[in-house]
Amino acid sequence: MSSSTLANHGAHGAAVHHEDDHHHDVDGTTQLGFWIYLMSDCIIFATLFATYAVLAGATDGGPTGRELFELGFVFIETMFLLASSGTCGLAMLASDRGDADKVSFWLKITFVLGACFIAMEVYEFQHLIHEGASPQRSAFLSAFFTLVGTHGLHVTAGLVWMGVLMFQIKRFGVGGFMTRRLATFSMFWHFLDVVWICVFTLVYLKGAM
Amino acid sequence: MFGKLTLNSVPWHEPIIMVVFAGIVIGGLAVLSLITWFGKWRYLWDEWLTSVDHKRIGVMYVILAFIMLLRGFSDAIMMRGQQAIAANDAAGYLPPHHYDQVFTAHGVIMIFFMAMPFAIGLMNIVMPLQIGARDVAFPFVNSLSFWLTAGGAILINISLVVGEFAKTGWLAYPPLSELGYSPDVGVDYYIWALQLSGIGTTLSGVNLITTIMKMRARGMNMMRVPVFTWTTLVANVLIVASFPILTATLVLLTLDRYLGFHFFTVDGGGNPMMYINLIWAWGHPEVYILILPAFGIFSEVISTFSGKPLFGYKSMVYATVCIGVLSFLVWVHHFFTMGAGADVNAVFGITTMIISIPTGVKIFNWLFTMYRGKVRLTPPVLWTIGFMITFTIGGMTGVLLAVPGADFQLHNSLFLIAHFHNVIIGGVLFGYLAGFAYWFPKVFGFKLNERWGKASFFCWIVGFYMAFMPLYVLGFMGMTRRINHYDNPDWQPWLIFAACGAVVIAAGIACQLIQLVVSIRDRKALADTTGDPWDGRTLEWSVSSPPPFYNFAEEPEVTELDAYWDTKQRNRKGPAKPYGPIHMPKSTGAGFVLAMLGLVVGFALVWHIWWLAIAGFAITVVGIITHTFSTDRDYDVPAEEVARIEALTAPRPMMEA
Repeated sequence: MSSSTLANHGAHGAAVHHEDDHHHDVDGTTQLGFWIYLMSDCIIFATLFATYAVLAGATDGGPTGRELFELGFVFIETMFLLASSGTCGLAMLASDRGDADKVSFWLKITFVLGACFIAMEVYEFQHLIHEGASPQRSAFLSAFFTLVGTHGLHVTAGLVWMGVLMFQIKRFGVGGFMTRRLATFSMFWHFLDVVWICVFTLVYLKGAM
Repeated sequence: MFGKLTLNSVPWHEPIIMVVFAGIVIGGLAVLSLITWFGKWRYLWDEWLTSVDHKRIGVMYVILAFIMLLRGFSDAIMMRGQQAIAANDAAGYLPPHHYDQVFTAHGVIMIFFMAMPFAIGLMNIVMPLQIGARDVAFPFVNSLSFWLTAGGAILINISLVVGEFAKTGWLAYPPLSELGYSPDVGVDYYIWALQLSGIGTTLSGVNLITTIMKMRARGMNMMRVPVFTWTTLVANVLIVASFPILTATLVLLTLDRYLGFHFFTVDGGGNPMMYINLIWAWGHPEVYILILPAFGIFSEVISTFSGKPLFGYKSMVYATVCIGVLSFLVWVHHFFTMGAGADVNAVFGITTMIISIPTGVKIFNWLFTMYRGKVRLTPPVLWTIGFMITFTIGGMTGVLLAVPGADFQLHNSLFLIAHFHNVIIGGVLFGYLAGFAYWFPKVFGFKLNERWGKASFFCWIVGFYMAFMPLYVLGFMGMTRRINHYDNPDWQPWLIFAACGAVVIAAGIACQLIQLVVSIRDRKALADTTGDPWDGRTLEWSVSSPPPFYNFAEEPEVTELDAYWDTKQRNRKGPAKPYGPIHMPKSTGAGFVLAMLGLVVGFALVWHIWWLAIAGFAITVVGIITHTFSTDRDYDVPAEEVARIEALTAPRPMMEA
């Protein structure tokens, strides 16, 4: 689909065209637009990572990452999110086959896994605050809560999006514009997975060392 | 119930503000009653507020820019007035707390709410026409972007009367902008106004890049794209790559101010210098976001009015891309005095000087385009020539400032102020005004009066040199920026002269407004029935003025750079095929409503009216979700309707006589 668009504008430009060419390839346009949006989101995360890198040592006499992070707990949390990316992929395969029931099924699983991830993150945050390691304690903790929390807010938005999609599948099925919406959602969800891998590595693994 | 907002938040005893407030109320009521009197509410809502037509949205951006130019300029002339009189024993008429708001508002308004809307407005109007498209990639998002920007502008103007604006300078450096030193709502207004408009700008970046990448006419490969569209592309890539940094940085400042975090505080391990690095990692690309479209406009203008293809099109494209990349590698030159050390400063000094190379390439390209051309000295060309001279001077003072050793002396002096006004007025503003005069007939179907256009140009350029050349001198004399009062009598004559310059600029702005009135009055005589009033070269001149809402009845096919010129040379006829139906997006009020909800949330957050903020946010989310359920978003214009419109509006070329 996107390759035919490229050919359309590229070397073969004026060679062949028929009436359908007048409708520009909507799916490809939406996906490119969403990619570019994701890159802008990526810059937000890049800014937060850079901030965290600068402030990671600024604990102001308060607790350090090494004292706070429990790798085992975060590892399980991570597995939930990685697994949800896998099930999201299965939902997309079902969408390609046009199997609305399977899409709904796999989205439900993805939703539950994502919700578990968020639940664990909320538990971790309130646990840290309870122990006195609140974001107001030091610049390091401000940066930690903001980076991880921004990712968490994205995942929460993804859960809301997924809820809307599951409702809309019942109403509109999985063809046409719903295919496009499912595709952009899956791009969003995989993107959050990639960001989390960076969080896990640069914040938790590096911090616990 | 109303958070920090009380009746005392309105500065009742500040005569200047109250007079302005009264003016706004009377003027606003007059406009509203006129609309009601002529029964135009329906028209306004149907044809403008809910429009997703890129040309209409572009026009609204430019109107916003002009209104905010007036606001920003009144701030400027107030500052010039204050500095002209506030020497020695004279205190002037602006108390420090008011003066500080004025210089902050001036900078914020001129960059975010004058220059940015002007640029994005021109891009919106022209770019889809240049690439042979019928609209942008995401018409609804385009409407949302505009209204978010307008929402930010409204919020900043509310701060004039309700509460106060930031007293921190236009970039709100911490620790001054932290709660401890700025406990009032000024910085909060700053934050939320910029967040609203910043999100709008990022969305429009996404939209315009996608449009250029996906919706070019058949045969228009990247090396056949008009230069203005190229500069639009690079500027929007810079928007998408840099505005998120601004958004994130302001979020961090918000967390510091609202929730007691320690990003930029001096205690708790925070690091104020990190803010300055982050804000300039956005801020430097930002100045290139502003100047690149202006470069594109000059290229179009100079090639059209010289009757020649642009000299060195390819080098122009490469220079634009080069400048785009380099713009991310120079940010430290804004704070050489931070203490990063000689090595770091040397690197950034050199990268800064390197940027002048691709810029110089462009200047020579424009000169060589004019060389042996039959140059017609219309207002757009005057702005271009004025730019080439003024911008070259500004560029050279910029290279002076790029020398870290010199910068230590000139940092934060009026020399710096003179430098960046030199490039922003002489480059950005002259460019946009050139584009305004150049594309005005395309948008409205009649040309602007040339006599008043020339008068405006000469007032602007003379006024500019009078207002800013003294500031270079004052910078060498040691006068720093943002001064409310001084006791050095040697400075005063220069400042009085500069204030006179500001008055001449005011005359230039007045000429601009008179030009609009006169041209609207004489619109019959100035009408452009050909669609091609300047003997243009690019596709926007191939359709009628104003273009039909679908732009092109038949999608053009491009075989050359300067596609329309090529068509005219070969005297190719229009399409012989019968018209087909055209697929177009429907108008929607969703963008307007969502952005106004954003404005309410922003206002509530400024004043800590939590229930309103939460309710507004919840309604916004529900609104977005509801919008995703509406599938009735586009329609087909029937072929007969297209044929009817084309018969009415199709351009009547004058050359074939």
